[in-house]
Amino acid sequence: MKDKYDVIVVGAGPAGSSVATTAAKAGLDVLLIEKRQEIGDPVRCAEGADKEGIKRHIKPDPRWIAAEVKGSRIFAPDGTKLQISEELFGAEVGYVLERKIFDRALAEQAVSSGAEVIVKTRATGLIRKNKQITGIHACSIGELVDVKARIVVGADGVESKVGRWAGIDTTLAPKDIETCAQFLVSGIEVDEYCQFYLGNNIAPGGYAWVFPKGRGMANVGIGVLGSRSDKGMPVKLLSKFVKHHFPKGKIIEMVLGAVPASGPIEKTIADGLMLVGDSARQSDPLTGGGILNALDAGVMAGTVVASCIEKDDVSEKALMEYERQWRETIGKKIRKALVVKEKLVTLTDEQFNTLAQSIKGECDSTMGVFDIVLALFRANPKLLWEFRNLIK
Amino acid sequence: MTVTVNRYKCGYCGACVSVCPRAALELVETWIEINNACNDCNTCVNICPIGAIESVKE
Ligand SMILES: Cc1cc2nc3c(=O)[nH]c(=O)nc-3n(C[C@H](O)[C@H](O)[C@H](O)COP(=O)(O)OP(=O)(O)OC[C@H]3O[C@@H](n4cnc5c(N)ncnc54)[C@H](O)[C@@H]3O)c2cc1C
Ligand code: SF4
Ligand code: SF4
Repeated sequence: MKDKYDVIVVGAGPAGSSVATTAAKAGLDVLLIEKRQEIGDPVRCAEGADKEGIKRHIKPDPRWIAAEVKGSRIFAPDGTKLQISEELFGAEVGYVLERKIFDRALAEQAVSSGAEVIVKTRATGLIRKNKQITGIHACSIGELVDVKARIVVGADGVESKVGRWAGIDTTLAPKDIETCAQFLVSGIEVDEYCQFYLGNNIAPGGYAWVFPKGRGMANVGIGVLGSRSDKGMPVKLLSKFVKHHFPKGKIIEMVLGAVPASGPIEKTIADGLMLVGDSARQSDPLTGGGILNALDAGVMAGTVVASCIEKDDVSEKALMEYERQWRETIGKKIRKALVVKEKLVTLTDEQFNTLAQSIKGECDSTMGVFDIVLALFRANPKLLWEFRNLIK
Repeated sequence: MTVTVNRYKCGYCGACVSVCPRAALELVETWIEINNACNDCNTCVNICPIGAIESVKE
């Protein structure tokens, strides 16, 4: 580790590796630090992602593709089934990844682009000169170190501290987070569809999912809206769900985690600092998908970092370009998703059932998310009046 | 400090850290540290997916 870099990226998830790759390719001196000793482990993800989206960032490799899916099914509380093409969950299905390997492959890509990666190194605070952020304090394999940089990028995930240190309050209110548990279940029969189960007894304010992982395995998980959770609820509900749906399944891995579901936050930049990925709360509030948004925002951030350093201006004003780009793209999508989420979490099981039944006949496997919303709207003008703005 | 984390139960997922209004929690590799900014609001207790956080009555 040197004592000065152009850019320090905190956190080697998809967001951090994407920023590091982009900035290093532009010729900058980049340090990417990760507090864990193994990148990507433990996993905190259901591992579903849109194929085309992933291909924009990395060449597909069978080592990190666990399965490919054709589409998804949604089950209303009464069992009414809707089957839809893979676009329904936006960017969330297509591949089911092996994130332990995928995240490391992304970090390898950063390294081969010229970035330096250091693991078991945790940022513990920011160095400031006047208002300007000029580096980080860190604990690297037990040693306290200070490292300087022109720009610090917080890509430190859901538990992000970097933003808070810089005065950007990224604390999530319980209503703005999905708290999740997932088991990797083996010895079961699953086909090439992702399945989603809705219902207030199954997953209050969230949903349960089954994502095939190939060879008779699936990621079976549950997300509960934070404001409707109580102590240990996700694991309790998941155990019940698995017992009911996969009585013969064997649990061979356990995943815990949380996804931001707040929609766009007010601010993701400061003088000499930017936030990317889950730390910038860029995940989709409806589906909980965040891999692709993290990767895409990483490229935007890396590109803006490079041009700002070239112009020798890393002020908040100069970094506005990043803010503008991600709000225009990711921001718009997640704002719409938030409107839908805020409605869905208010529905009773009966309303879910009515909605699902109302479009059952029209729903075929070629419908995408937009067609579904349209069909729902046509069939339920009263219930879904709030969605009219999305359809325009 | 009025909450404790059962580190034998904790799955070091960081969910609790993201909701703590006092920034009193920190995920250090595989365990949670609590500093004395905690004001016993119990938000983290209900968010923890596995119920590893106990609120301690003093
Ligand atoms: C149960 C669950 C299921 C999900 N399913 C899906 C899905 O199917 N599809 C999808 O697209 N998304 C899914 N998500 C969301 C997805 O996992 C995240 O959106 C994605 O990982 C965000 O990437 P990131 O790089 O921003 O953050 P992360 O992947 O969380 O990476 C952040 C990294 O920063 C490190 N870090 C944190 N603090 C520090 C520090 N101080 N110093 C150094 N390093 C630090 C962390 O250790 C971590 O490695 C799911 C999430 C959960 C919890
Ligand atoms: S009880 Fe409240 S203040 Fe204390 S650690 Fe939990 S969330 Fe933070
Ligand atoms: S939410 Fe629970 S399992 Fe996750 S890090 Fe906090 S105490 Fe541990």
